[in-house]
Amino acid sequence: MSGMQWRVKLAGATLAGSLLFSAAALAQATYHRGNPGDPESLDPHKTSTVVESDILLDLYEGLVTYDAKANIVPGVAESWSTSPDGLTYTFKLRANAKWSNGEAVKADDFVFSFRRLLDPATGAKYANILYTLKNAEKVNKGQAKLEELGAKAVDERTLELTLENAAPYFVAQLAHQTGLPVHPASVGKHGKDFVKAENKVSNGAFMLKSNTPNDKIVVVKNPHYRDAASVKLDQVIFYPIEDRSAGLRRFQAGEVHTYNDVPTDQIKFIRETLKDQFKVAPYLGTYYFAVNTKKAPFSDARVRMALSMVIDREFLAEQIWGGTMVPAYSFVPPGIGNYAEPAFANYKDMSPIEREDKAKALLKEAGYGPGGKKLEIEIRYNTSENHKNTSIAMADMWKPLNVEVKLVNADIKTHYALLRDKGDYDVARAGWIADYSDPQNFLFLAEGNNQGLNYASWINPEYDGLMKDAAREQDLKKRAEILKKAEAIFMREQPYLSLLYYGSKNLVSPKIQGWEPNVLDRHLSRFLSLK
Amino acid sequence: MADAVAIAGRGYWASAWLRLKGNRAAVASLVALILLALACLAGPFFTGHAYDRVYQDYVREPASLTVHPTADRIRPALERVASRMRMSLKEAEIGPVSVRAVFASPRAIDERNLAFIERSDLFGPAKVTERRAEGREVAVEVPIERNRFLFGTDANGRDLLTRILHAGRISLAIGLLASGVALIIGVTYGAAAGYAGGRVDMVMMRIVDIIYSLPFIFFVILLVVFFGRNFLLMFLAVGAVEWLDMARIVRGQTLSLKRQEFVQAAEALGVGAGGILKRHIIPNLIGPVVVYVTLLVPKVILLESFLSFLGLGVQEPMTSLGVLISDGAKAIQGGTYLLIFPAAVLIVMLFALNFIGDGLRDAFDPKDR
Amino acid sequence: MGLYVLRRLLAAIPTLFVIVTIAFFLIRVVPGGPFDLERPLDPKVLENLKRVYGLDKPLFEQYLTYLWSLARGDLGPSFVIRDFSVAEVFARGLPVSIRLGLLALLVAVIVGGTLGVIAAFRQNRPADYAVVGLATLGITVPTFVTAPIFQIVFGLMLAWLPVGGWNDGAIRNTILPVLTLSLPQIAVIARMTRASMIETLRANHIRTLRAQGLSTATIVRHALRSAALPVVSYLGPAAAQLLTGSLVIESIFGLPGVGRYFVEGALNRDYTLVMGTVVMIAVFVLIFNLIVDIAYAVLDPRVRHG
Repeated sequence: MSGMQWRVKLAGATLAGSLLFSAAALAQATYHRGNPGDPESLDPHKTSTVVESDILLDLYEGLVTYDAKANIVPGVAESWSTSPDGLTYTFKLRANAKWSNGEAVKADDFVFSFRRLLDPATGAKYANILYTLKNAEKVNKGQAKLEELGAKAVDERTLELTLENAAPYFVAQLAHQTGLPVHPASVGKHGKDFVKAENKVSNGAFMLKSNTPNDKIVVVKNPHYRDAASVKLDQVIFYPIEDRSAGLRRFQAGEVHTYNDVPTDQIKFIRETLKDQFKVAPYLGTYYFAVNTKKAPFSDARVRMALSMVIDREFLAEQIWGGTMVPAYSFVPPGIGNYAEPAFANYKDMSPIEREDKAKALLKEAGYGPGGKKLEIEIRYNTSENHKNTSIAMADMWKPLNVEVKLVNADIKTHYALLRDKGDYDVARAGWIADYSDPQNFLFLAEGNNQGLNYASWINPEYDGLMKDAAREQDLKKRAEILKKAEAIFMREQPYLSLLYYGSKNLVSPKIQGWEPNVLDRHLSRFLSLK
Repeated sequence: MADAVAIAGRGYWASAWLRLKGNRAAVASLVALILLALACLAGPFFTGHAYDRVYQDYVREPASLTVHPTADRIRPALERVASRMRMSLKEAEIGPVSVRAVFASPRAIDERNLAFIERSDLFGPAKVTERRAEGREVAVEVPIERNRFLFGTDANGRDLLTRILHAGRISLAIGLLASGVALIIGVTYGAAAGYAGGRVDMVMMRIVDIIYSLPFIFFVILLVVFFGRNFLLMFLAVGAVEWLDMARIVRGQTLSLKRQEFVQAAEALGVGAGGILKRHIIPNLIGPVVVYVTLLVPKVILLESFLSFLGLGVQEPMTSLGVLISDGAKAIQGGTYLLIFPAAVLIVMLFALNFIGDGLRDAFDPKDR
Repeated sequence: MGLYVLRRLLAAIPTLFVIVTIAFFLIRVVPGGPFDLERPLDPKVLENLKRVYGLDKPLFEQYLTYLWSLARGDLGPSFVIRDFSVAEVFARGLPVSIRLGLLALLVAVIVGGTLGVIAAFRQNRPADYAVVGLATLGITVPTFVTAPIFQIVFGLMLAWLPVGGWNDGAIRNTILPVLTLSLPQIAVIARMTRASMIETLRANHIRTLRAQGLSTATIVRHALRSAALPVVSYLGPAAAQLLTGSLVIESIFGLPGVGRYFVEGALNRDYTLVMGTVVMIAVFVLIFNLIVDIAYAVLDPRVRHG
């Protein structure tokens, strides 16, 4: 409605915005980058979210890194080899890899960094991601000495990493921000203050100039970076913008060149006004609702299946989420590495009416539904527009099954504390975004011994057995088949109702060149330039 | 001024009522407010939509007088229905009240599937008029369901007008009751502290400071955790914090009133503390108190949306004006109507309350009599 | 007066102590902790983190530790903003909030006060209705609505001012936030000034002045003295609130103030940060209440602090 009148003005606003920039641009190329929040820390070992990953991947470079399309490419390591049993990785470091103070990046620096990540005294939130390393879990639990960790510097430029079990996703894990190195000397000297701009030494394409909480983080080009010649930007400024609508307006005004989220309520308006500056791409993530399998009648797989079948995922994706999500019929999103097509639910190709009939029949068998007992369900979600709208729509879709739904929302901490403590709930919202591109990173969420993450408290020995088999399997193709069998069990049992695959939502100004959509939504500034 | 005691003994309320009736703005506002309240109470029964009815086919429909579905949407809708029934739409002849359509399928058609037509918010139950091509085609007559969404629909396709009216009830109740709670506690506490003065006043006001500084959010979350979701709790939570400012203002006024001649005269005449508070202090506080209450009502109504955010307060599918406005503000660029209508209702409501407040003040003001 | 101020400041210490104590235990009873994330932590990792932050100790011991460090002026490390201590966070954010708050307060008192006086002198005439109407609008329309509207009108449609950002405190960047912040306050102050001014104008001593035919300016000066009383007692807490920032303004305009920490800290269960905001707000409230009480004594000679 109101969108129409502004479009004319918008051109003017963008122009004024660009004039603002051009004064600075004469001196240097500055990329104004909107980020959906402020980083928790610039210490790679203390962070866990994507908000930090974008900044950290600009500041640091790990053994391997991402290219513009988020493929894994050599970083500090120029090459690596694997032992036949898949347990030992030997990385050869580049001769020209340097810290921002000019010192060479040595194999010892990585050994120091991995030990620091797993040292219980560091308090690393995501230490468990590298439990793949030999003795890592024991070190992190204080049961083994730091020196026992499976990381060894053979010489200055050769690093040997040993694994607990073979893991085909190990190299991909190393690209995660927890695999980034820190500069041992400055950590030793400044302790936890090594992250301060005045103390910070990093080895990425950029180095930290200033960091003001909730204001901006300024990084400038690192002249010592191994590939500094190819870096076209002189400076990147990260702005934390939590309010999505405000982020959209700042983008419209040209104050930020990119912003990696949008208000879902305004998708239609955004598509109309910003056209191809709005980029939606598949993202490795699944949006689901966990079902409490400990509690009757949800302990009955038929009930779970019936509830899952009748959800019109197309409606959720198109109408509620404005086409920024994709209907999900599997738990592992398609397009993931080391996997073929995921195991889809058996109702994927049924017509809605067939699904409804089937669901009614299943519920009837279980003693519920039309004619049987009334099913009462409480849907819990953490407060957010999108979760609220999704829950309302779901409640409406369950009506034909004679289900009475109550909606309960809570702030995010209360919500997740309840899930973690396995509190009394029926159906609760959750979601998972991949840390690395491998089906194991999704399927482990439902393993019986995964205390923290298996919200559904679902225990299936066959599933757990398959997951163990997969962990032992060396052959990637066979492993994929085993994992698919496990997923098939998951989709039959429906401990989680997987509803949607996430999509990444970016606003990208035409001034930015070299921006490529990708499934991990990683966009390193070193591949970008300004027109 | 000194004969205030005698006058108050006689028709204090009656004369106040007379004055209020004489204030045209106040009377008009009172009428408006009553009408609004009636509309909120009875309106949802006449809009033709239930407040929690989801129209999947009318999501985020802008406000308009148009009767839905518009002609251009009928055919695409039929095609969508057809594809969901795993059939194709072969012909469609759109009439004013119904559509004649022919659906085709490569296999024999299971007519049970036609029930899906009715599921659409655009159509009524289909009647099969003819079967053709050995059951692979079926001609049906489908009545069109007409709907109007004067204020548009929300992100789930629910009628905004009905929801606003429904929300109006809740917000009006919260606004008036919670402000009432705050008013009673605040005036009593503030007047007592101010009149007592000295050490008592000091301690009482420090208690106010303490409550003021405590993190309200935790208090609210605790209430939810221990007592669950309860409409009454909301009043308690709001009342428990909003009386603080009121107490401060009243206490300040009381301190200065206490020193005025008429209060001292009453004291000299041997009137007790309770009597003085009731007869002299509180009536003289009415001016600032009424103004503050008119400020408090909107604050409370909006605060409620924050309580809903924390899980206290109204829960979906119920709603309140505060929740509608804060949702609308988020969609301000794409769906301005989602903000304008609930905000307009709140503004009208508060204007009316404002003038009534002014009228009340004039009516009860002892100095005016 | 000096003695009175001293006594009040001394009395503030036990008050603060009570506030800190109640708040400390209150926030710990609430479910969820700083490390309950959307993507939960491995139980073992969680244990490590708790140890690093001393959360594994008995609650009472943590309380004593906190009191001890507070007594030395140390607000502790933040749980969620891990690169900065709570004191550092406030040191950077508070100047921003104070600056915005003071400007907004100034605008609100000047504009609101003037409007209120004008309305009182023109009671029940068009100017009065206009002021009352505007004030009602100002109170009713919340800042989370006015802020986006200003951004759209002045930032996008007219493109006069930046939509957001602090930009190291450039004046261009402060105009919209200050305007948004002051509007509801203008409304409240105008309403309150008008009301108490009307009351005062009816008082005997002002009637006498009017009867003597003194100039309006003189009458206003005299009347304002007593009319200001309720406004001043409103201004105390209002100023404390304005100077400690506003979540809505800061998050919509992207400003690095401290207002967000009260709500965000609470939602994140960032215990130390919340305690820091509680202490900060308590100090502001106590100071401004003291200022209000002193202002009362100055404005109204009958109120004497015994």
